[in-house]
Amino acid sequence: MGELRLMKGNEAFAEAVIRAGADGYFGYPITPQSEVVEYLMAEKPEERTGMVVLQAESELASINMLYGGAGTGKKVVTSSSSPGISLMEEGISYMAGAELPCVILNVQRGGPGLGTIQPSQSDYFQSVKGGGHGDYRLLVLAPASVQEMSDFVPLAFDLAFKYRNPVLILSDGVIGQMMEKVELFDPIPRWTDEEVIEKNGDWATVGKIPGRERNIITSLDLDPYSMEKHNHHLFEKYRKMEEEEVRWEEINTEDAEYFIVAFGSAARISQKAIDLLREEGIKAGLIRPITLYPYPYKVIKEKVEKGAKGFLSVELNMGQMVEDVRLAVEGKTKVEFFGHVGGVIPTPEEVVEALKTKIIGG
Amino acid sequence: MELTADKIKELVVKPENKVYKKTPLLTDKTLSYCPGCGHGVTHRILMELVEEMGLEQNTIGIAPVGCSVLAYEFMNVDMQEAAHGRAPALATAIKRLWPNKFVFSYQGDGDLASIGGNEILHACNRGENITIVFINNGIYGMTGGQMAPTTIPGMITSTSPYGRDVVRMGNPLKMTELIAMLPGTHYVSRQAVHTAKLVRKAKKAIKKAIEAQLEGKGTGFVEIVSNCNSGWKMTPVKANQWLEENMLKYYELGDIKVDGKLVKEIK
Repeated sequence: MGELRLMKGNEAFAEAVIRAGADGYFGYPITPQSEVVEYLMAEKPEERTGMVVLQAESELASINMLYGGAGTGKKVVTSSSSPGISLMEEGISYMAGAELPCVILNVQRGGPGLGTIQPSQSDYFQSVKGGGHGDYRLLVLAPASVQEMSDFVPLAFDLAFKYRNPVLILSDGVIGQMMEKVELFDPIPRWTDEEVIEKNGDWATVGKIPGRERNIITSLDLDPYSMEKHNHHLFEKYRKMEEEEVRWEEINTEDAEYFIVAFGSAARISQKAIDLLREEGIKAGLIRPITLYPYPYKVIKEKVEKGAKGFLSVELNMGQMVEDVRLAVEGKTKVEFFGHVGGVIPTPEEVVEALKTKIIGG
Repeated sequence: MELTADKIKELVVKPENKVYKKTPLLTDKTLSYCPGCGHGVTHRILMELVEEMGLEQNTIGIAPVGCSVLAYEFMNVDMQEAAHGRAPALATAIKRLWPNKFVFSYQGDGDLASIGGNEILHACNRGENITIVFINNGIYGMTGGQMAPTTIPGMITSTSPYGRDVVRMGNPLKMTELIAMLPGTHYVSRQAVHTAKLVRKAKKAIKKAIEAQLEGKGTGFVEIVSNCNSGWKMTPVKANQWLEENMLKYYELGDIKVDGKLVKEIK
């Protein structure tokens, strides 16, 4: 068993970054995720593992530092919250275009605009449908516990390098700020410079290795036919992700007739709602997407085929993921949305009531 | 003996007479720059220095957005292409993650002085151990000759068609003087490349900026005051003349900071 600690989600993420063998963190403070950079600065990772930590002058600088660092084949990571992520979207698009691996944490707060510092899941569309300009996808992981804030970091790095694509960990203010017991994984050593060159020297800018042509990191291609080919290449990667990387969790779904679909903190609330519904004899189950892109459409489809009587998408927004639930259900049974927005957190009782009125009795 | 072209070549072009050859660190791709533009010469002296200083295998360069957006097509070293203005952020991370590599950014005036103002100020103020080559031709070349932050008063561009009116359009930014004021910079200089003599001086200046990095002393920053005959709508010869008579009055050539100390009074 690994080391047990009581930590905030943001702190668990920061500790996991050091333990995952990251080479560089570049970030800019913003509530509710500033504990990440604070924890990293306090921990002196430059002494623990040799990792670089830099507080950048802006989110624009952070994401472009990530671009530069990722372009050298090293493991780089940043974190921010919704308005900061919006600022980073240009750079994220460039990284997807240039096929650069990196890990980005978004501890979501309510919007639009400066919005609120309270928790939200309003960046679902931004995260899974693009966010920046151009056709691209991020691989999006949605932690629902402090444990997953830690566990998803090495997973995110593995996926980022497997696909040479940015991986977004889409958390929220609840998961980032709450404290839970977390079992920390054993530290993974940082790659040596030689290992970086061996693993990524064929594409990364590490200095022109004798015997190979110069490496170029760019998202620019002025030849339309070549650019179209590049887009198709990217989408071949995304199709592969859709085949191989869909992750989800099911709770009480074996005999369920009614389903709640929820991710992150909304899934934690919904889990309690399922217990309350079961106490009343209502056969309800929870589907928790862990990857939001690629999305577990198939799992939902299977439930429909097995005679599911309805789906309630519970989210901390105005109803975004519900569109993907509807895509999976294809109109074959009832799909409704329930949620709060602007930093208001739904209670399990409200979720129970929503399922009863919108799905069962609706 | 009949003097054919081949015969003349054989008689005249002897190995011992060859005093110049193109550095292999410039590719054979035809430059995308206009004839007479300073970018080509600056590319050459930078790449010659990388070769002469034995840095080929340890160099990571960064291209900007602007006329030199395709610099990586011409510079035969590992290169990254940055988003508009963000080259110093890329350079910061690259150098910190690979402290033993030689890292340079190559940026134009729109890229460095306008949209990238924040990144360049903070990278230089932190004293990032990087080398920055800054091409200032007082105009946005690639987008077709619009006003830049460096456009001098009265200068005609497509967005200041009656000349830059500083009251309405703001003042030109002397970026290099600003950079020299920052404690993180070690060597800051302004040069030009429109005459052979100035090319030699500019090369020496860039060498000093590279040496500052290799010795771990802080940021080296060299501005090259250049022309833009297409954007200025002049012949190359006339553009160089205009540069001498106007640009250099506003942007005086010479070292501004050497060994971390100001050597020129900043007005």
